[in-house]
Amino acid sequence: MKGRGRGAVRMLGAIAIVAWALLPVAWIVSLSLKAGDDIQNRRFLPTVWTLDNYRTVFRTPLFTSALRNSVGVSLIATAISIVLATFAAYAIARLELRGKRLVLGFALAVATFPVVSIVGPLFDLWRRVGLYDTWAGLVLPYLSFTLPLSIWVLTAFFRQLPWELEQAAVMDGATRWQAFRKVMVPLAAPGVFTAAILTFLFAWNDFVFGISLTSTDRARNVPAALAFFTGSSQYQHPAGAIAAAAVVVTVPVVVLVVVFQRRIVAGLTSGAVKG
Amino acid sequence: MTTDHEDRGVPGARPTDRGRGERRLAWWLTAPAFGVMLVVTAYPMLDALWLSLFSYRLTDPGGREFVGLRNYAVVLSDALWWQDVWTTVLITIVTVSVELVLGLAFALVMHRVAFGRRVVRTSILVPYGIVTVVSGFAWRYAFSSETGFVNGWLGLGDFAWFGHRASSLLAICAAEIWKTTPFLSLLLLAGLAQVPDELGEAARMDGASAWQRLWRVTLPNMRASILVAVLFRALDAYRVFDSVFVMTAGAQGTESVSFLAYRQMIGRTALGLGSAVSILLFLSVVIFAALFLKALRVDLVPVRGAR
Repeated sequence: MKGRGRGAVRMLGAIAIVAWALLPVAWIVSLSLKAGDDIQNRRFLPTVWTLDNYRTVFRTPLFTSALRNSVGVSLIATAISIVLATFAAYAIARLELRGKRLVLGFALAVATFPVVSIVGPLFDLWRRVGLYDTWAGLVLPYLSFTLPLSIWVLTAFFRQLPWELEQAAVMDGATRWQAFRKVMVPLAAPGVFTAAILTFLFAWNDFVFGISLTSTDRARNVPAALAFFTGSSQYQHPAGAIAAAAVVVTVPVVVLVVVFQRRIVAGLTSGAVKG
Repeated sequence: MTTDHEDRGVPGARPTDRGRGERRLAWWLTAPAFGVMLVVTAYPMLDALWLSLFSYRLTDPGGREFVGLRNYAVVLSDALWWQDVWTTVLITIVTVSVELVLGLAFALVMHRVAFGRRVVRTSILVPYGIVTVVSGFAWRYAFSSETGFVNGWLGLGDFAWFGHRASSLLAICAAEIWKTTPFLSLLLLAGLAQVPDELGEAARMDGASAWQRLWRVTLPNMRASILVAVLFRALDAYRVFDSVFVMTAGAQGTESVSFLAYRQMIGRTALGLGSAVSILLFLSVVIFAALFLKALRVDLVPVRGAR
């Protein structure tokens, strides 16, 4: 009897968690389906369901270009981080390296420091060297938070790999480089992929650099475009269109999370709780 | 975690050729990542330090003038700075403590729930993955007396959430808590998984209630993961920016320190003064982290074989 009672409590708890996590998402979806006066109906659901806001959003050049910029910049930053971090994490997890603690500690310090601190100097510098309002001008500062994250996730993952196989390959006459490339890389691929997803989510989330280092649709990313979006006309409340744009940029996140749930959880927690 | 490098590098012994070669390879593999991190953060940071010693506005480059530490004196003697620090500290304390309790409750549920485990874990990742600006808008429109349903659900009529300081801060905290509790709860869940079940079993045999088992057995054994999770989240909460920008733009005394730095540097293009704010923000984070690590003796960089 008691066991069943506890099971029911847990079940209720689980339902509460799901509701808590998804209710605000349901709200933004619902808001995006409202139009006209419905936006101010102050109810959760629309009275008339419409896709008008989505049409508005995809007809807004600022938003479509922002989508392109966000995808491009985030992918480039992720690719660079993952390549550099894979090499570094291999060395940290596997090789004799003086200053492991220095590298990991520095990565951690960089990951936790307030990004706003470097925005001013970059703003000044980018204007002088012509990187202001360009993709490169966003990719470079993104590396300041994507690279440490990738290094931590990958180092934690590489430590769990069966490195005996590499030794075996070396015994069989492979060089260290061959052992790394031919034996370990395929084994490490899932971890690298997880790190890439987490890194991409971080880059996709950036707002500080997006609003500070861009000014036009040449490089402005989605979060920045959302914050400055004022609606299709001054007569319409912008909430509907902003909600639709918000839903559009949330869809990829939800897809990644649903498909790779297990890996994301493992990747998120692996680095932090060792020791 | 057992294979180690005892076989190599006996202290004082001459490193073998292979050891030296491995070290060189390790160095070459790490150098690019380390170098890039250094260039993209340390360089702008030093630049900020340098700029903070000047009276310098982008709109008036000719008027650039060395003023020593005067910018710091200006910032530290300004009531606005202290109000923003207090606001940020308040947001940090409220969100982190609520999140710790909620996150722990979530972790306990997720740890035990058998049915629908995948659904729960997937849903909880949605707030984690969602763009902070999107979360800010969702909560802003939910609370807003023009568009929102919160007033209707709570029977508050036309209450203007964003017209008062306390309620604006509450709305910002709600958005932050929703967005970041999942991260905390997943870290705690991982810590919970490392507590051996036998411990709780033994306590149960000895007649300990569920509550006692939680406080006397489970939580003490999760100490390390709780501290790490709290530190990470506190440092993250202290740089709160996106939610404040989207929800209130700093109105009603809700400006955070990050927002102040941004407003000075980008909004007013007062690079000198803004850089001083940035450096102070950075220093306060470093000091907090150092004190936290020192006081609670947490080692964040567990390196294999270097215990």
